[in-house]
Amino acid sequence: METKELICINCPMGCPLTVTLENGVVTSVTGNTCKRGEIYAKKEVTSPTRIVTSTVKVEQGNTPMISVKTKEDIPKGKIFECVEALKDVVVKAPIHIGDVVLENVADTGVDIVATKEAKRI
Amino acid sequence: MYDVIIIGAGVSGSAVARELSRYKVNACVLEKNEDVCCGTSKANSGIVHAGYDAQTGSLMAKLNVEGNKMMPELSKELDFPFKQCGSFVVCLEEERIKDLEELYERGVKNGVEHMEVIKDKARIHEMEPNLTDDVAAVLYAPTAGIVCPFNLNIALAENAYTNGVEFKFDTEVLDIRRLENGWEIVTNNGVYETKYIVNAAGVYADKFHNMVSEEKIHITPRRGDYCLLDKSAGDHVSRTIFALPGKYGKGVLVTPTVHGNMLVGPTAIDIENKEGTATTKEGIDELIEKAGMNVKDLPMRQVITSFAGLRAHEDHHEFIIKELEDAPGFIDCAGIESPGLTSCPAIGKMVAKMIKEKMDLQNNPDFVGTRKGILDPATLSKEEYKELIKKNPAYVNIICRWEMVTEGEIVDSIRRPLGAKSLDGVKRRTRAGMGRCQSGFCSPRTMEILQRELNIPMTEITKSGGNSKLVVGTNKDAL
Amino acid sequence: MKQYDIVIIGGGPAGLAAAVSARDNGIERILILERDKELGGILNQCIHNGFGLHTFKEELTGPEYADRFAQQVYERNIEYKLNTMVMDISKEKVVTAMNKEDGLFEIQAKAVILAMGCRERSRGALNIPGYRPAGIYSAGTAQRLVNMEGFMPGREVVILGSGDIGLIMARRMTLEGAKVKVVAELMPYSGGLKRNIVQCLNDYDIPLKLSHTVVDIKGKERLESVTIAEVDGKGKPIPGTEEEYTCDTLLLSVGLIPENELSSSMGVQMNRITSGPVVNESLETNIDGVFACGNVLHVHDLVDFVSEEAKAAGKNAARYVQDMGLEDDGQTIMLNPENGVRYTVPSTVRPAHMEDTMTVRFRVGNVYKNHYISVYYDDERMMHRKRQILAPGEMEQVILKKEDLLKHPGMKTITIKLEEE
Repeated sequence: METKELICINCPMGCPLTVTLENGVVTSVTGNTCKRGEIYAKKEVTSPTRIVTSTVKVEQGNTPMISVKTKEDIPKGKIFECVEALKDVVVKAPIHIGDVVLENVADTGVDIVATKEAKRI
Repeated sequence: MYDVIIIGAGVSGSAVARELSRYKVNACVLEKNEDVCCGTSKANSGIVHAGYDAQTGSLMAKLNVEGNKMMPELSKELDFPFKQCGSFVVCLEEERIKDLEELYERGVKNGVEHMEVIKDKARIHEMEPNLTDDVAAVLYAPTAGIVCPFNLNIALAENAYTNGVEFKFDTEVLDIRRLENGWEIVTNNGVYETKYIVNAAGVYADKFHNMVSEEKIHITPRRGDYCLLDKSAGDHVSRTIFALPGKYGKGVLVTPTVHGNMLVGPTAIDIENKEGTATTKEGIDELIEKAGMNVKDLPMRQVITSFAGLRAHEDHHEFIIKELEDAPGFIDCAGIESPGLTSCPAIGKMVAKMIKEKMDLQNNPDFVGTRKGILDPATLSKEEYKELIKKNPAYVNIICRWEMVTEGEIVDSIRRPLGAKSLDGVKRRTRAGMGRCQSGFCSPRTMEILQRELNIPMTEITKSGGNSKLVVGTNKDAL
Repeated sequence: MKQYDIVIIGGGPAGLAAAVSARDNGIERILILERDKELGGILNQCIHNGFGLHTFKEELTGPEYADRFAQQVYERNIEYKLNTMVMDISKEKVVTAMNKEDGLFEIQAKAVILAMGCRERSRGALNIPGYRPAGIYSAGTAQRLVNMEGFMPGREVVILGSGDIGLIMARRMTLEGAKVKVVAELMPYSGGLKRNIVQCLNDYDIPLKLSHTVVDIKGKERLESVTIAEVDGKGKPIPGTEEEYTCDTLLLSVGLIPENELSSSMGVQMNRITSGPVVNESLETNIDGVFACGNVLHVHDLVDFVSEEAKAAGKNAARYVQDMGLEDDGQTIMLNPENGVRYTVPSTVRPAHMEDTMTVRFRVGNVYKNHYISVYYDDERMMHRKRQILAPGEMEQVILKKEDLLKHPGMKTITIKLEEE
């Protein structure tokens, strides 16, 4: 049996979680104050994921760049691959919040979407 | 070949340049930094001393009193902030009032007018309510004042430039060689020939002096740490408050600034490094400890920045302003420490007169002795301001919220003669970034304006020239 | 002079939520004055996620959260002016402002909502010794450069202060290709949220050194290194613990200060602890019809709570405009922070004017484990809630009920304090 101490990152409460594993399988989560804490704990000890936010360049827009994010969380180990994939991405205005900027980033199956509007000038 | 090359675009060099520009002369100022006012001239107390401090009969005493008398008129001609706020020297011990009276006597001998030793404590506190209750007497010198050291320096240089003096920046003097009829100056930026050299190199003046003369001089960089307090503390005292040197050491001065802040300092620490403008914890702690000696309830929590400057202290504590006997054509302006800022108009006049007589210079018929500073919209009436922004909407766009500096003023500071090329250059000219948030809000905006006006990429914009680049690249460029 | 019912100073999250709420409570003539070129305020540069869990029940980035509120403002046709600097607000609620289109102009407001937000503390306020080279930025300035303009302030970074912006920037700089070497925090605890330590520092193996500060800055032109030392219980550096880090960038995340220059100069009374206005249950300042909300009132950790507070301010301002001249019933209860509780917002409550419930927000002055938050009505303990951990970096709240207060008609003081048992 193995236990791991975590801080839940779902919301700013930052609940201290204790996860118990047996042969790599989670047997209990304590310390969480909501269901999402339990889900987070299970994921975090087996296959941790994160939302990644970044920026990409904009052409012909009212701003030289916009902010973007992974539409869903991606494996933690793919974070740097993800931002590197954004290095040369240039989008053309107009762009709306939610528009896909890059599909299937770093083979995660997750798209990169805009989180900021860019108007065409 | 130039007639005169001045080494250093600090306040002495710039004053000499401006006075020389009254004559038909082919003159040039060489400055190792990217701008004027980058050494001793930029980090000091900004005090226009009355002139009772220096030993009677010294050049320091003479030029101090002369400079003090020239300053009010000069500030009008060249449009820089100056305020004759007066000063107190504070004596805390009854038995030392005699020292205060001695200072008074010396002042009289030096030619300082309207001084007074005040022993009436009620009157002292009426004049300065926040002075310590322990005060025994003060020496009041109403002719003392405060000046914006940046704008004094910038105004002198700008006026010299518009009257024909050349300025070469980022030009560091590496060697000086004697020619038959003058001098050859080797720099990182070319070799220049000149008949006369004026050595106004501040803490480096000994280096250049010693290159050409056998009679060596030695200048010690004497570091002074300062704390600048927020404008909310700006009326804590209304005059410059000096401490009478006493059993607790030299004490520090507390003074309002022309822009409405309160300044506390300086320490006096002799160092070796001529670029050693780093503040130290000990220095700042000393200020915090000493600040309260003469002034009570000074809100040291309101410090918005601390900085250090170097005074060019020559071993004999006297200005050295003369043509060298063993190096004719080489004129020293060395050892210009306090009261150097006060004295600079007189220094300029004295050196220019020497050169005029030597070279028999003719008057410059095109000389214009006045200059307009950067327009500060705060000085306008509401109606005038409305007119201005109709003509130039850039004066609406406030870039620095604390000092209320508009885009119009920043653009002016860049476009004018010898204009700003860096963030600090803009700051010294307009005060953008000198307020409470210390440029947190305005620096990206000022950088954008610099980029546009100078037509250079953001990655080339510096804080203060050289390698002081503000951003090093673009997002992900290193990935 | 143009007349408006409510003028809102600032178009960030507080100003937008206040405007929407005032409109939804029946006010027609509302004007938002915003100094930047777009609505949303500082959220526009906070491109990380984690906003909106309370308000929208989903996790948004800063620009998305700002956009949600901006859309509500557009839908309601609420008037706003961008690139507009407010110069002065008089006691009579004449607002003087300027922009390129209108020049210098004046507006008469019936009510004013202060929503100017906050600014970062600078290096000067800390008296960090050393040189003053390029490469020293407040974390928020760096955030603007990286997130809105795409410029890297440097390659090798040291961060002083573990406020949330500093933690967030540690991750941002890392993901943009910089090396963040260390985060030093003067206090023995972090000033930021725990989740940010996990996902911004731990995820990237960035060390957090508590009880450490910067004792020297080297580099004449561009920053070359900073020296960090451990501090003792009084915050004084301990000789011999110095460690020099070569770096070209120092980011400061050492606290936020509500931006109340306009408020102070119009005569609004300030709370020394929060540096924000003293307000009553309606978030109204000592000047009738002048309200405050968001970070100008007190620095929040979460924008969701800013929106909630601003919604209340908007509603109260609307009510003020509609019932101008409402008689006071006289009873004012003081809120008294004690024993570990540093301040409360609001500072007073008039039961006759409050809603059915009222949220009192506060911060504690230190880290407390297994303490109770207690609320006393005069000398009588009315609420006693155990908390595993309380920290200055995390805002706390208690909710007061109007019906409870009305049951204590003679009450003078409500005390909120921490107790060990």
